Amino acid sequence: MSISNIWVVLEPTAGGFTTTSLELLTHARTFGGSVAGITWGDGASHAAQAGEYGASTLHDAGNLNGALPGAPVAAAIAALVASAGAPDAILIPTSYDGRDIAGRLSARLDRTLLTNVTGISDNGGLETEHPVFGGTQIVKAKFTSDGPGIIVVRAKSFVAESSGGAAATVSALPSADSGATGSAKIIATHVEEREGPKLEEAAVVVSGGRGLGEAGSYQLISEIAKLLNGAAGASRAIVDAGWVPYSHQVGQTGKTVKPTVYIACGISGATQHMVGMKGSKNIVAINKDPDAPIFQIADFGIVGDVHKVLPALIEALKARN
Amino acid sequence: MNIVVCVKQIPDPAAPQSLESSTHNLNRSGKLILDEADTYGVEMALQLVDKAGTGEVTVVSMGSSSDLAGVRNALAMGAAKAIIVSDDSLRGSDALSTAKVLAAAIRRVNPDLVLAATESSDGYTGTTPVQIAELLGLPSITFAKSVNVDGSLVTVNRQTEAGYDEVTSPLPALVTVTAGVVEPRYASFKGIMAAKSKPVEILTVADLGLDGQVGASGAGQSIVAVEAAEARESGEVVVDDGDGADKIVAFLDSIKVL
Repeated sequence: MSISNIWVVLEPTAGGFTTTSLELLTHARTFGGSVAGITWGDGASHAAQAGEYGASTLHDAGNLNGALPGAPVAAAIAALVASAGAPDAILIPTSYDGRDIAGRLSARLDRTLLTNVTGISDNGGLETEHPVFGGTQIVKAKFTSDGPGIIVVRAKSFVAESSGGAAATVSALPSADSGATGSAKIIATHVEEREGPKLEEAAVVVSGGRGLGEAGSYQLISEIAKLLNGAAGASRAIVDAGWVPYSHQVGQTGKTVKPTVYIACGISGATQHMVGMKGSKNIVAINKDPDAPIFQIADFGIVGDVHKVLPALIEALKARN
Repeated sequence: MNIVVCVKQIPDPAAPQSLESSTHNLNRSGKLILDEADTYGVEMALQLVDKAGTGEVTVVSMGSSSDLAGVRNALAMGAAKAIIVSDDSLRGSDALSTAKVLAAAIRRVNPDLVLAATESSDGYTGTTPVQIAELLGLPSITFAKSVNVDGSLVTVNRQTEAGYDEVTSPLPALVTVTAGVVEPRYASFKGIMAAKSKPVEILTVADLGLDGQVGASGAGQSIVAVEAAEARESGEVVVDDGDGADKIVAFLDSIKVL
């Protein structure tokens, strides 16, 4: 079975598709077959970008009128499968809405899905890679049932590159009634302000964990991030504890980062966390426990108290500026 | 207000984990505990039922019935009863099979609200709750930072990339909660004693009418290989003697970040 037809779910934002969407589109091109995008909102305004990254057609589910995308977009994709036939694969970004779409589509089509995927190849059929146990092992998996193969891919698994293609042809998705399942509506949107570069894009990420001891100490992390023109991140433990917003979380459930340098402060290195930052070019760790797992992957480690090392680091960096 | 909370008993994440060599299933031979991620849903459900002044919390789980300490923990926290679907044929189930089983079990309770964690801490597929919602024909709101029920409407602050959205849905509905949505209570001694006599219904696949549709035989995927990832070499680790900060600056210099 050759992989000749791939659909990619492209998540729209005001400034274009999400980076993960473009990464998937770029990778879908490498199979050499037909690549189509699936989006919602206002497809026409994104047709140029979809084409630039390799989609010849952009299927548009249209205005969702405030509904959460999961149910209506899955219903529209299922309707397209019914009318146009199933593609070999449907690639979906690992994101809040992406996981909703994937889960609903899987149940609608009665097809399994593969999640947390970081690699996709054609090895006598689709073969996917999944990091497990904090990324120490890679599981390779295949679909054993008929397609489409629904694949949910983690951010930064591939590098987004323009193909220089012409704008995609926009095609309205068949209307599909998602009934009661589509009745969850967004009534207000709140944006949490943050300064400096975005966590996923920063060349320097400084993250804090439980070792900071208290919420107030996170200020040290923010200050070092600012001095290094980087972004401040966090482990799940302190996000769960309510010290910092979820949007700062790095790890399995949070963001995947691959900065030039990742500075882990008071983070022990739970598998949850490691899978989100293990791809960093350099890793610096500061932890008072010499046996903390984070030291096993750190390029440079300081066994010490973050409450002493971080204030000193702030002074040293200020002296340099 | 009747609420079902989907829970999972998992191998203790603090203990070393492995895959079984022949089946590639997660090795579950050790002691199982209630997934900490599920304790938030149990607590949320107990608070919502308390606030409504009527109804009860039912926990629903799929897995072994020989070690139910984790489920008993949810009952000790205050859930009224448990339904466990346990069947050897369910080993190696994929997320969709699991969702079919849990959906069929939930249907017997006919709840106003279904709560689940955003993902389990062992398999972290993260799609089972939404698959359940689709199978039950329910709306769903995932990644809840807060949950409020007012009459027949649930309102959720839902995590987004940039902050959060306020989302509403009519009941019945399914909501997945993030860790930290509430502070889970510890089971009291009284609760632990009471849990011993709370009803735990154990069902098989046949009881649910799902023979031949679920389990490893119904899984549309298989693991073809497990390989060691490229190891990351650990570098220099030094004990801070008051010069730790300077050494970090020197390292940042060496990689040209400064």
